[in-house]
Amino acid sequence: MKHDVLLETKDLKMHFPIEDGIIFKRKVGAIRAVDGVDLTLRKGETLGVVGESGCGKSTTARAISQLYQPTSGEVIFEGTDLTKLSQFELLKTRRQIQMVFQDPYASLNPRMVVNDIIREPLDIYRNRRLLDMDRKEMEAKVENLMERVGLSRYFKNRYPHEFSGGQRQRIGIARSLALNPRVILADEPVSALDVSIQAQILNLFLELQEEFDLTYMFIAHDLSVIEYVSNRVAVMYLGKVVEIADSKSLYKQPLHPYTKALFSAAPIPDPKVERTRKRIVLEGDVPAPDQERFGCYFYDRCPHRMDVCKKNVPELLEVDTDHKVACYLYFTQEQKSRLN
Amino acid sequence: MSEEKILQVEDLKTYFRTDEGTVKAVDGVSFSLGRKESLGIVGESGSGKSVTNQSLLRLIPSPPGKIVGGSVKLEGVDILKLPKSKLRNIRGNKISMIFQDPMTSLNPFLKISTQMIETIMLHQHEDKKTAREHSIEMLRMVGLPKPERRIDNYPHQFSGGMRQRVMIAMALSCKPQVLIADEPTTALDVTIQAQILEIMQDLSDRLGTALIMITHDLGVVAGLCDRIAVMYAGRIVEEADTEVLFEEPQHPYTQGLISSVPRLDKKTGKKLSSIPGQPPNLIDLPDCCPFYPRCPHVMDICKNKYPNEVKTEVGSSTRRVSCWLYS
Repeated sequence: MKHDVLLETKDLKMHFPIEDGIIFKRKVGAIRAVDGVDLTLRKGETLGVVGESGCGKSTTARAISQLYQPTSGEVIFEGTDLTKLSQFELLKTRRQIQMVFQDPYASLNPRMVVNDIIREPLDIYRNRRLLDMDRKEMEAKVENLMERVGLSRYFKNRYPHEFSGGQRQRIGIARSLALNPRVILADEPVSALDVSIQAQILNLFLELQEEFDLTYMFIAHDLSVIEYVSNRVAVMYLGKVVEIADSKSLYKQPLHPYTKALFSAAPIPDPKVERTRKRIVLEGDVPAPDQERFGCYFYDRCPHRMDVCKKNVPELLEVDTDHKVACYLYFTQEQKSRLN
Repeated sequence: MSEEKILQVEDLKTYFRTDEGTVKAVDGVSFSLGRKESLGIVGESGSGKSVTNQSLLRLIPSPPGKIVGGSVKLEGVDILKLPKSKLRNIRGNKISMIFQDPMTSLNPFLKISTQMIETIMLHQHEDKKTAREHSIEMLRMVGLPKPERRIDNYPHQFSGGMRQRVMIAMALSCKPQVLIADEPTTALDVTIQAQILEIMQDLSDRLGTALIMITHDLGVVAGLCDRIAVMYAGRIVEEADTEVLFEEPQHPYTQGLISSVPRLDKKTGKKLSSIPGQPPNLIDLPDCCPFYPRCPHVMDICKNKYPNEVKTEVGSSTRRVSCWLYS
């Protein structure tokens, strides 16, 4: 089956320099936040991205939307490489790709009323003559968006501090929808919210996807949230994708040792399940991402490490239909022999 | 049953005075804790779970906060009536606490050794040398690698998970009767969370410490606690044995809470049920059920009066719920 690929990253890298010196800065190293990520976003799907803090999931989203200029690699949206576009060209393309951020307290300007917050993207495009809309239409658009995400339009002259966390996240979602984008990159949109509110927002995401035919990249550290919203799931560790598969087969049969540990560590709200299941408890912490690695990135903590893992970085290989994993445990003999 | 209770909290009330009015953060909370028992207190932000437990050790900043009523009895002695000098003997010795953020609860200017030895010398009356050995032993128990050397490090030299281990070692160093853990794993990643929960369970079993676990994550308490109390708007709305609570939650809020968490092990494919609306403002709450605007079973009486507590016996233990559906 051929899928329509809407957005694709090829060997995307995002390194942040570590600098030293007071006046004359010199580069002494780099934080390898994203270190070679290949992802595809298919039309109409939700790609979930999970991983622990510092694994580069947020940085990946920001590098895709060009909020960060990637160190190397390509971001291809419908055939055009976003990293090579001029500013103006980028602006034109980027209206199709919008972001929803994690912290609804920090991502809304506290000095703007809701109406202005949601209208701002429209204004930006209108001022550059990329959008043909008059004032009345814009006003109607803002009101429609507010009602659609579950906010009364009578709130449009209020400031963000007058809203609760869940409502603020709704404002952020309305803003991201203002330009009728096709892709939404949602960066931990529910992790700052309480469980009862979290369920409301997750349901809203799913409704909107159906209604506006959206494609999501949904980032979260909570595995159960990811499982609920995603069609396919990518697991990241230290700036690399270690496993990617459709959500059902990944949850039924995780392959990579890290994915297995991650799943078994996630608590399940059911005392019967919780008391009988066996946990894989990993040793140690995630290493710092400031060194170049020559072996498998998970080597230090892996319960199944082998000699081959120490000196080679496993590539992401398809082991089953729609199931890719980067681990030497699943390499065939022939693939292994090619290494040496 | 009652002779085995080590901690008894009765009708605890903690209010905060603000310019807008009085915030009844904790408004009549009662619970008890048996020896070696572990109790989970679950609720959303603002439900009063942290304030309840800070009140137990009188850690509420006053003003604006004030414990206005109730009693907290540790082995029969009311902590709320003790003079400040006696209180010291309880804090960190008989009841100790672990906080959410291990970076802000350790002093960044002092070595781990200084902070640990100080506590042990004060409460256990050991000399400096034995206190140091004792500290190293505790750090080894929580799984800190090379504790003899690491003890002389500063807090910033540890990762989040390691800092939380140090906190646990410190909290358990005086063999307290009660350990209060306030969202101890919320700031940590899942794989680290699994490590920390395992250590906490193992150590409190070995040292015979009773545990109060405050969290918003139902998954964390499901595996760890014997009993669970659910808080909403400053009160405990339901309390039961863990199995009973998850099997048949009675209060509509508990039911909503359990069904609004997506389950990793069961793919239903259905829409997640959510609780509509949002938690109430705690300023000048009227004497009604605070959950009624969000409740699917709301009746007229709910809007006028707070429901009485209904106790029922399930097996060997009691469960209680505050809802008009059961009165």
